[in-house]
Amino acid sequence: MSHMQNLYLLVPLAPLLGAIAAGLFGNILGRKWSHRITIALVAVSFAASVAIFKDVMAGHQFNGTVYKWMTSGDASFEVGFLIDRLTVMMMLVVTFVSLMVHIYTIGYMEEDPGYQRFFSYISLFTFSMLMLVMANNFMQLFFGWEAVGLVSYLLIGFWFKRETAIYANLKAFLVNRVGDFGFLLGIALILMVFGTLDYAAVFANAGRYVNDFAPIPGVSWNLITAICILLFIGAMGKSAQFPLHVWLPDSMEGPTPISALIHAATMVTAGIFMVARMSPLFELSETALSFVMIIGAITALFMGFLGIIQNDIKRVVAYSTLSQLGYMTVALGASAYSVAVFHLMTHAFFKALLFLAAGSVIMAMHHDQDIRNMGGLRKYMPITWITSLIGSLALIGTPFFSGFYSKDSIIEAVEYSHLPVSGIAYAAVLAGVFVTAFYSFRMYFLVFHGEERFGKDHHDHQGDHDDEEVASDHHHGLAPGQKPHESPWVVTVPLILLAVPSVLIGLVAIEPMLFGNYFLDAIYVGENHRVLDEMHEEFHGAIAMALHSFISLPFMFALAGVVSAWYFYMKKPSIPAAIKQRFTGVYTLLDNKYYFDIFNDWFFAGGARGTSRFLWKFGDVHLIDGVMVNGTAKLVGRFSGVLRKAQTGYVYHYAFAMITGVFVLLTVRTWFE
Amino acid sequence: MSFLSTLYSAYAEIFLLVMVSVILIADLFTAGRTKTVTYLLVQVTLLGCSLITVATHRDGIDHLFHHMFVDDLMSDVLKLLSYMAISMMLVYSRSYLLARGLFSGEFLALVLFSLLGMMVMISASNFITLYLGLELLSLSLYAIVALQRDSAIATEAAMKYFILGALASGLLLYGMSMLYGATGTLDVNAVSSAIQHGVPNKALLVFGLVFVVAGLAFKLGVVPFHMWVPDVYHGAPTAMTMLIGTAPKLAAFAFVMRILVEALQPLMVHWSGMLAILAVLSMALGNISAIAQTNLKRMFAYSTIAHMGFLLVGVLSGSNEGYGSAMFYAVVYVIMSLGGFGMILLMSREGFEADKLSDFKGLNQRSPWLAFMMLLLMFSMAGVPPTVGFYAKFAVLNAAVQAGHIPLVILAVLFSLIGAFYYLRIVKLMYFDAPESHERIYMQPDSSLLISLNGLGVLILGILPGTLMSVCAVSVQQSLLLPH
Repeated sequence: MSHMQNLYLLVPLAPLLGAIAAGLFGNILGRKWSHRITIALVAVSFAASVAIFKDVMAGHQFNGTVYKWMTSGDASFEVGFLIDRLTVMMMLVVTFVSLMVHIYTIGYMEEDPGYQRFFSYISLFTFSMLMLVMANNFMQLFFGWEAVGLVSYLLIGFWFKRETAIYANLKAFLVNRVGDFGFLLGIALILMVFGTLDYAAVFANAGRYVNDFAPIPGVSWNLITAICILLFIGAMGKSAQFPLHVWLPDSMEGPTPISALIHAATMVTAGIFMVARMSPLFELSETALSFVMIIGAITALFMGFLGIIQNDIKRVVAYSTLSQLGYMTVALGASAYSVAVFHLMTHAFFKALLFLAAGSVIMAMHHDQDIRNMGGLRKYMPITWITSLIGSLALIGTPFFSGFYSKDSIIEAVEYSHLPVSGIAYAAVLAGVFVTAFYSFRMYFLVFHGEERFGKDHHDHQGDHDDEEVASDHHHGLAPGQKPHESPWVVTVPLILLAVPSVLIGLVAIEPMLFGNYFLDAIYVGENHRVLDEMHEEFHGAIAMALHSFISLPFMFALAGVVSAWYFYMKKPSIPAAIKQRFTGVYTLLDNKYYFDIFNDWFFAGGARGTSRFLWKFGDVHLIDGVMVNGTAKLVGRFSGVLRKAQTGYVYHYAFAMITGVFVLLTVRTWFE
Repeated sequence: MSFLSTLYSAYAEIFLLVMVSVILIADLFTAGRTKTVTYLLVQVTLLGCSLITVATHRDGIDHLFHHMFVDDLMSDVLKLLSYMAISMMLVYSRSYLLARGLFSGEFLALVLFSLLGMMVMISASNFITLYLGLELLSLSLYAIVALQRDSAIATEAAMKYFILGALASGLLLYGMSMLYGATGTLDVNAVSSAIQHGVPNKALLVFGLVFVVAGLAFKLGVVPFHMWVPDVYHGAPTAMTMLIGTAPKLAAFAFVMRILVEALQPLMVHWSGMLAILAVLSMALGNISAIAQTNLKRMFAYSTIAHMGFLLVGVLSGSNEGYGSAMFYAVVYVIMSLGGFGMILLMSREGFEADKLSDFKGLNQRSPWLAFMMLLLMFSMAGVPPTVGFYAKFAVLNAAVQAGHIPLVILAVLFSLIGAFYYLRIVKLMYFDAPESHERIYMQPDSSLLISLNGLGVLILGILPGTLMSVCAVSVQQSLLLPH
């Protein structure tokens, strides 16, 4: 088995090596060699993941320590790998999407001065994400968790001269801190209760701690519920669940390849993965599961609404990502972990595809991202068009496409769930289907069909951008009369390679993953939460499921969404404008994203600044610096000056001091006798 | 047994005495102002003493001269460290003294006589021997301070030192005579057993103890018996200050151990309270007064007072750990002081004493390496990890905590905190201020090598304090034969 262990090590370390090479020696290596080395090493990582996948399917699992970092008291902190079927699936998804994004970046970042830095970051991200999914203990999970957050921060602010990018990455960082705080508390609680951070040991003993504890006298909590909710708060930050979702739309300030890799396919799904990994804990608490489900349902529906009114092509996809993450979370709440992970996988492919296609469109439009300035791109960019269509069809859940299998399974799982909140969640995810179809095809029609609106003098509405320096301006758009053209092969090949699994992976994988016991013991579902067993009774093969769906409710909803999008934006473009006029209140609410950003800016950011200012002005400057530090220093200094005078230089004074000393000692002695 | 073999344990002292006589005579016949021959003879003598001390080491405790003299592990270790300190002092101060015409045969002979006094003190097991050694040391030091006859400030310092030293000797002798009156013996171990068996006049005993403590306190220079320290440190030529401030502190530590621990251990409840008062006063006054000083030697004088207070905290803990940590502290203090005074000596030139704080301004620009060495020494004195000064303080405080002296420990830490100010001020002057002169610093190769060893030693001992720590702990434990 030792050569397998070397292979396990190779998977995360190869991208790390690439990151170091491109990051520290990028200037020496130059552009060409930087991308060659990083891509080759990620390809090695992918190949190793495939080999490990085969090995795991042959029945070899692994759970062991690679390196002991330190021991503190009874707790030991280790780096270790848990290689089971869940891990290996994530490894495949991460390395594959990462490889595609690496290749795509050659084309997308061609003119960027930070070329090598970008390759270094995405390789570093790949390493971090792999460490996260391969962890066999909470310490390493947390390391990977923070490391992906760091790289995400660095990449959102990749164009660090842009004010908006700096704002966005700071926001992402701060919001994630809120989630990570909960996550860290959860891990701390685990360490306190179980005395270990090892997954296997924690899961084995989880059943013993279903009792209550009282952290504050008079308040009694269920231990497992507290742990699960705290861990899930971490997932809410990382996977952008309501109300910690606010950072994800802004993260679109980063270059498009990382929106595909980090903010759609992999990092944001870390929360979903983590909850699935923790299924033996979550299964013990119905409260936590209900909490998960309701949060997911809110995110799935309400973030979808916001997608409808966005005009920035990337933001539409971003809100769609939020909504889809909500779907996965709902599935987790319904104890359908394998369904959530299944959707995670299909989503990774088709959402990465959609993002990369959006990036291709953005390149063709010379970095104009406003869909109102597009239209009719179909004939100029055939490959981008067809792959986008595939991605959109997969996203809305068209039968036979991958998204259909995973999303329909989620809806079905919620239907079968017995949790008290499952009724609301079911309504939300069903309505979400219509919303998804509507905004997806609104974007699709506006970009690829209809009147060609580019190349006109349409920059009035974003005139402020024209004043910016050219170097920092990524919104310049096509010049009048200029025509868009298809992107180079390094862009289109990843699109095609991602389109294939977007179509097929659902059809192939649904049976083993959901009903075929693919996950073995990697995922645990409690006795009374076996929704998949109920679904299994209805399941008669993937083809039959697709055929049957044509008369099902979700399909109707999706179809209605597509048709209304076509009618509103192709047939009668006056209708959306009229609706906007009629329902100004609703539109303003959506336009301000439910006022979350404004509230956060005012309450949290403003409140924190106010408190800090008070603590600085009064607490630090006045009290600590003024009274305590400088005050005592002044006192000591003054005292020192007085004492200095005692050293008179007269020898009889000195002798007097000695004699006095003897008397004092004598007095003290006789006093105590 | 032949007569010579009964002197086995005192070979080092005898060798030293013979060599001093030889050097005194040899000096008359060597010409030249630089006294190279005499100087080398002195260094050879110190080396010879070290070899003899190592060679004559025997496990256990040997008494000779009718129980007047003792040879144990602690005395051997302290003697070896004293040789080292004297030798280093001579390397540091040679060019300084040559420039001032003070590097004479008399000086070297007096240094060796003072060393002999220290050795007798370290190995004394009778009050008479203790006093003999003390007077030999003190008289040599008075003369050394007065050696610069034409300097008013030096002669004034010598005068003050002599008068106050005589007063302290009187107090000590008075105390010893009362102890004799109470116990009927002057032998260290006999006094101890006499007290344990009960003495008729307890008041006399305690009275004697107070006077003995006063005498000890003068030698250590703790408040309120400290007044001579700043004036003598300041007034004496820097090389003499270095001599007074280093090796004799080891002898003083041995003095404390012999009297308070070996002879008067049964009175520990009494003397530990007194030492606590002296320690707190010393740490407070030493650290606070040092802040107001502008002269580096004076500042070191107050710093010494504070350090000796700290050392007493270790002693008054009354446990093996306490004594061991106090010994460690004494050794570390000597190493740090050698470096600190050595730095002043290195920076001085003919007609220029680098003993003002402002002389260290911008040292980093003039000589980054010297500045770094001084930084290490200052960090160590302030007790910043990972320098050895931190471990010395930590060990002492640890022993005091274990002995239950929590308020004392809190005070000690607070005063160390205040003390950190004036050490770090030197670092600030060296690194952040502009130099007042850009004159080159001329260094002899031997002293510049030594200062590097000294500075780096403070750091290395701080990272690996284990060996020295266990040497101190074991020697205290084996020599005083205390129960655990």
